[in-house]
Amino acid sequence: MTETVVIAELSKGKISSTTNELVTAASKLGSNCTIVVPCTESSVANEASNIAGASKVIAAKSDVFANYDASAWAEAIDAVAPSGIIITAASAQSKDLAARLAARRSISVIQDVIEIEGTTLSTPIYSGKAIQNVSVSGNTAISVRANVFAPADNTGNCEVQVIDTTGNVATALKEMVQRASQRLDVSEANIIISGGRGMGTPANFSHLEEIADKLGAAVGASRAAVDTWDEIPHSMQVGQTGKTVNPNLYIAVGISGAIQHLAGMRSSKYIVAINKDADAPIFQHADYGIVATWEDALPVLSSSLSGLLG
Amino acid sequence: MVNIAVLVKQVPDTNSKIQIAGDMVDLSTVKMDISPYDEFAVENALQHKESGGGTVTAITLGGAGADKVLKGVKALGVDNIVRLDADGYMDSNSLQSVLAEEISSGGYDVVYCGKSAADTGAGSTGPGIAERLGWSSVSNVTEISFDGGLTVTSPAEGGNAIIDVSLPAVVSCDKGSIKVRKSNVKGIMMAKRAQVDVKAVSPPASSVTIVSQVMPPAKPAGKKFEGGDAAQTVAQLLRDEANII
Ligand SMILES: Cc1cc2nc3c(=O)[nH]c(=O)nc-3n(C[C@H](O)[C@H](O)[C@H](O)COP(=O)(O)OP(=O)(O)OC[C@H]3O[C@@H](n4cnc5c(N)ncnc54)[C@H](O)[C@@H]3O)c2cc1C
Repeated sequence: MTETVVIAELSKGKISSTTNELVTAASKLGSNCTIVVPCTESSVANEASNIAGASKVIAAKSDVFANYDASAWAEAIDAVAPSGIIITAASAQSKDLAARLAARRSISVIQDVIEIEGTTLSTPIYSGKAIQNVSVSGNTAISVRANVFAPADNTGNCEVQVIDTTGNVATALKEMVQRASQRLDVSEANIIISGGRGMGTPANFSHLEEIADKLGAAVGASRAAVDTWDEIPHSMQVGQTGKTVNPNLYIAVGISGAIQHLAGMRSSKYIVAINKDADAPIFQHADYGIVATWEDALPVLSSSLSGLLG
Repeated sequence: MVNIAVLVKQVPDTNSKIQIAGDMVDLSTVKMDISPYDEFAVENALQHKESGGGTVTAITLGGAGADKVLKGVKALGVDNIVRLDADGYMDSNSLQSVLAEEISSGGYDVVYCGKSAADTGAGSTGPGIAERLGWSSVSNVTEISFDGGLTVTSPAEGGNAIIDVSLPAVVSCDKGSIKVRKSNVKGIMMAKRAQVDVKAVSPPASSVTIVSQVMPPAKPAGKKFEGGDAAQTVAQLLRDEANII
């Protein structure tokens, strides 16, 4: 019986539904699944005990989990997690943690898993231009892309064990700078609407923001937009030298679909493209394409969404 | 005087088309280049040196073909160039063991690397090496200040964390606002004559084997509509067909 250890993914201090997806991934790899919840208050872990398929929840309680410090987190989690296949989310922070945990246990790490077939794991390589299938012997750490595996439902009920743990914090947090806008970052969002050079001016991004607010979406940008306009920060850039995103829905507006942009968003579950050029490469990747200027399409999209979302 | 290492990797140019021959990717006709994020790592390493003196050693792991990338960064002002001579696939455990050994024997104070390599996209090497060495690590760093110690900016939930890092440490670099320098003719001429310090390695066996590399499954053709009014149809499809909104 292969042991699996899911490291819970948290969002705003709560167990995120990505954790349920990780448990589904775990069920494909082994039969005994322990969820480790890194937390400062053990009550956070109670929610995880409902995830069907988990055999046990360990609330790993420590002050070190107040802020991310890679070495302290790896040490504290390693101390309480059983041996087995370690499974984390593929967020930037959790990939980092997976790498440190694997190195700590002298096992290999496989990042961004998108398919599990027996002991064969698939990951995108060359920014998704190809897929690599690998087979693994023995224990390993893997990170699993969001929105790939169906989330396990919350009909379970397993034991929660609270274990105090600690690690040596090696870095010192000087300051947390909150984003000025309340809107999500592209790396955290399940829906993203991005603008490119075709938006014409940075001020026109307000039309994207209006739709983003209706959908609870993040606003992203192409590199051309980021490089051309100072008002569009690099933190919004999606692509090869920006962020790799994997949302349920990606709406590309005035973006041509250059290979380096596709590198960051092609694995989105649904892609909508709005572009005035019917031959723009982005349409080859779009589930729904609208050949129109954004000036024509966005007001209609906005009012239709208002109608649908009430 | 800080002893700085920067890890660089040769990868296919990001514009290149990836093709499969048999059941593996065929890179024989693909133009190779330094991985984009490594360029930021090199720039940060050079700025670190310039802030208070020291040496910068660029380290790569690969076959002789990877010397080109080392010469490229030598032309930018890196002091020493080292290639750990290895070819073929290594899993993260073997790769990091070899690199950590080299970092440890080189007596480095700080290691810069790109946040991930453009081929695997994994981003495991920096934090993995740090763990093996018992060092701290900060990843996806966008800004660095060298005034009175190392202070970095790295994304955190809801914003950015500004973090003081004590050495030794591994810093994995994202793009940020720094401009990377370009090489000049003098640098390129000097790099041509520079010797690559080639070192043999003996990596532990890999526990991961590549079974195959394949093209991604073709996406079913999408629906394409003409005119802005179609946005209403698409909104409806996002609800009824995609179940997203
Ligand atoms: C090493 C490297 C790394 C890179 N990394 C990235 C990266 O991370 N992310 C990234 O995005 N790019 C990246 N690029 C750049 C990439 O190659 C493209 O140049 C860039 O993506 C183009 O951005 P764009 O689509 O906004 O602009 P363009 O290619 O100029 O496209 C603008 C589009 O807008 C459409 N349009 C114009 N007006 C309207 C209108 N009124 N309504 C609707 N549509 C309109 C046009 O038809 C066109 O298709 C990288 C390049 C290199 C070499």
